[in-house]
Amino acid sequence: MSAPVQPGFETLAVPSEAAEALALAETPFQQVWRTLRQDRLAMLGLVVLVVLLVLAFFGKLLTEWWVVFDPATVRLPDKLLPPFSVASAALAKELVPPFGLYPFGTDELGRNVFARMLQGSFVSLSVGIVAVSISLSIGITVGGLAGYYGKRKLGFISVDSWLMRITDIVLCFPTFFLILTVVALLPPSIYNIMIVIGITSWMGTARFVRAEFLALRDQDFVTAAQALGLPEWRIIFRHMVPNAMAPVLVSATIDVAYAILTESALSFLGFGVRPPYATWGNILADGRSYIFDAPWLFVIPGCAILVVVLAFNLLGEGLRDAMNPKLRKRAS
Amino acid sequence: MWRYLARTVAQRLLLLIVISIISHAIIHLAPGEPSQVDSMNPMMKAADVARIRASFHLDDPFYLQYLHWMRDLFTGQLVSFKDGLPVLPRIWGRFLNSAPLFLCTTLIVWTASFPTGIQAAVRRGSLYDRSTTFIAYTLISVPGFFLSYLLILAVVRLFHLPVIGLHTFGTEHASAPTQVMDHIWHLVIPSVMAALTGIAVLSRYVRSQMLDVLGQDYVRTARAKGLDEDQVVYSHALRNALLPFVTMFGFLLPGLISGSVIFEQIFAWPGLGLLGYEAILTRDFPMILTLNFVAAALTLFGILVSDILYALVDPRIRLE
Amino acid sequence: MTTSTPLLSIHDLHVDFETAAGSVPAVRGVSLDIGAGETMALVGESGCGKSVTAMSVMRLITGRVSAGSIHFQGQDLSRLPEPEMRRVRGAQIGMIFQEPMSSLNPVFKIGRQIEEVLMLHQRLAPQAARAQALELLNRVGIPSPERRIQQYPHELSGGMKQRVMIAMAVACRPKLLIADEPTTALDVTIQAQIMELLRSLKQEFGMAVLLITHDLGVVAHFAERVAVMYAGKIVEQGQVRDIFKRAAHPYTQALLGALPDPLHPARRLEAIPGRVPSPRMLPAGCAFCARCKFAFEPCLEKQPELFQVAGEHRAACFLRA
Repeated sequence: MSAPVQPGFETLAVPSEAAEALALAETPFQQVWRTLRQDRLAMLGLVVLVVLLVLAFFGKLLTEWWVVFDPATVRLPDKLLPPFSVASAALAKELVPPFGLYPFGTDELGRNVFARMLQGSFVSLSVGIVAVSISLSIGITVGGLAGYYGKRKLGFISVDSWLMRITDIVLCFPTFFLILTVVALLPPSIYNIMIVIGITSWMGTARFVRAEFLALRDQDFVTAAQALGLPEWRIIFRHMVPNAMAPVLVSATIDVAYAILTESALSFLGFGVRPPYATWGNILADGRSYIFDAPWLFVIPGCAILVVVLAFNLLGEGLRDAMNPKLRKRAS
Repeated sequence: MWRYLARTVAQRLLLLIVISIISHAIIHLAPGEPSQVDSMNPMMKAADVARIRASFHLDDPFYLQYLHWMRDLFTGQLVSFKDGLPVLPRIWGRFLNSAPLFLCTTLIVWTASFPTGIQAAVRRGSLYDRSTTFIAYTLISVPGFFLSYLLILAVVRLFHLPVIGLHTFGTEHASAPTQVMDHIWHLVIPSVMAALTGIAVLSRYVRSQMLDVLGQDYVRTARAKGLDEDQVVYSHALRNALLPFVTMFGFLLPGLISGSVIFEQIFAWPGLGLLGYEAILTRDFPMILTLNFVAAALTLFGILVSDILYALVDPRIRLE
Repeated sequence: MTTSTPLLSIHDLHVDFETAAGSVPAVRGVSLDIGAGETMALVGESGCGKSVTAMSVMRLITGRVSAGSIHFQGQDLSRLPEPEMRRVRGAQIGMIFQEPMSSLNPVFKIGRQIEEVLMLHQRLAPQAARAQALELLNRVGIPSPERRIQQYPHELSGGMKQRVMIAMAVACRPKLLIADEPTTALDVTIQAQIMELLRSLKQEFGMAVLLITHDLGVVAHFAERVAVMYAGKIVEQGQVRDIFKRAAHPYTQALLGALPDPLHPARRLEAIPGRVPSPRMLPAGCAFCARCKFAFEPCLEKQPELFQVAGEHRAACFLRA
């Protein structure tokens, strides 16, 4: 043992704070999970999302591959029936819905709203997830490059300045207005909507990934890895990316919620996903014309969006709390 | 200070030009043209299309189109594709409609969020905190137009009162007080609806900011001085918690244009958002580009204002 | 040195922290007396409960005082209503903290932060408070106080900030000053100046000082009596010279053994093996016994009380029973 610089025994100090003592025995994942499990709202969100995933899977399965619920069947005699109505006897045999029942009623063309919602669950969820994957890929790349290679020069301006100025420029566009413009100009397609939402919402991710990387660069374990002569890609992907993942995961969760809401707003303005795809957003948007005559056409998709978006938000916030060591320590 | 201002203003102007070039590129590279909007119209002949294209410089190269737009914009000659009327006076007229809605919404958001958020932070973990948290998340998660429609439905059913538009149809000749009351009534519902999400988001932010500050050492010092809890919270903690909100002013201004599209559409409020929406529907390029330009200019101006405000309220920051 | 009624008398204090996984004891039966004008040092590793003990005197902790009493000038602080407690804080008991960097409010000028205490407790008018603040700044050794009083904390160095903290803490001439690791965050040269300042202020105002530190050097130079804490308990207390000369508890001996001795620079420093037990998993017997080289059967089974060594020198070790 080398002689301490000053008389004292702080060097012997062992973190005795309860949380830290327990932390020694747990992996970070277990730790987050333990905290998350105590957050009842977040767990509720998680349960809802798991159910939604299952629903979306079965929705795809039962409406497109092995058609039990056909969302496209038009039954004019059965139009605008309230939920839990029984199919009328006049229907041709192949048009009768499963069990002869419309659990969510029918729309103005006599289509089974339950079947449409089931199909929509897959489409809505994939719009959210694909859009967020696009925005995350751009955001992490831009933020990571700016954070790690920020000090290199490109011309006489540093990489960091270049990338952050570009981010600023994109931030200056009024996002929703831009999405509207582009979606209105592009040929209507579900993929265009995913892409446009994705490429207009990466700026936040880029900014905090950059901040996270800047902070991580100066951490001892990165300096140590550099001193060991590890290749750069290894330092970035094995040492830095996993440490920057927590905030990315949190914002991804919340961004999916935001993308689903954006899709429904676009549908409302008439620029959403076009038929034959049913999304919750366009079912809701179409339903507003019948708000007095057939309120279920409006209320059912509206509540479905509310519940799912709420679930994403609650889970995201729960993850944020569980992954923030500062908050965690203060709470215990 | 002045050197800082001169430098940032120059930088921002440059940025603005870059932004306008990019938006030109986006719009001109995308398929879809004003001449195609009416392609089904039997009156529209090939010669007419060519005439329209020529009069709006659509056949010129991209950079010339941009220069034409710039020149027309600053000489005030820029006209809309749709009706040939100058763009700027229309934007100004719509701005006058949007401004009261925007001000009213902003006022509601900021006055409601702060008390809610501060209380939630001070009484962390209490029933109040948990219920406001849940309500806030619900409001964030509900599609804005869904909630608005339900509310309109309720108001119309319960009170038999109209809520759509700037004022009630047929009240143009009513007495002045009736008209004023009618205007206010028509203003309140849309602004409350537009404010709900804002309140939810901002009050969450106030809460987390406040929680962060309440855990700081200087708050402990304030308590150790024997100050009472109100002084600790509202004088020592709040002053610090408020600092980041100054920067949010900058991001408020562009909301004037793009934040209100949905609500102006629902409530048939002839404001800037609706103007942009109509322009997009009719491929009215000069109008779209100018609105985009104005929005970007507002954003940049807003950021400048927040930078200056931040330096004024936070003694640690100096503009250099 | 303890007079008939001590200024501050902590008796059998227990403090628990409620966590998601149950309550965790941070302080487990601490008793302390501090006489008027006396300097008492509370020593221990971080996490041993010394700061929690001090903060519970001020009632500024998030934990819960589950048992015991804290008598200050005859009043039990742990049972005082909050408004009356506020009249004690800052007026009767002043406190300075470890982190001068973050302990001053960054958005208020130095002057306002000092004047605030004076206006609150001494009901001074603004001008009088300003004059008094200038005098205080002068007294704590801040050059050109007229200029400094107009400045914000970020314009001052760490040592200066700690001087401002001290000026604030002693502004109302408290009977007791609690100094929670006042020099830990400062440079070594500044440390000595700050401790010298505290010593002179103590003599001038006749304050008692409760000094919380892990720095035995500071204790030797500054304190009259000392209490050593380990895992939420006092393991040894007495006059500073008794403890430095004839440490009775193996933990105190180990601490002193880990200090470099300027007279015998070649002597090997001894580290204490093992680590402090987690407050969640305390042993049934003496908390130190797992690291103690003298441990024998009773240490495993029973917690030792404080046994008298000589005079008021006492140690919680069965070796002294």
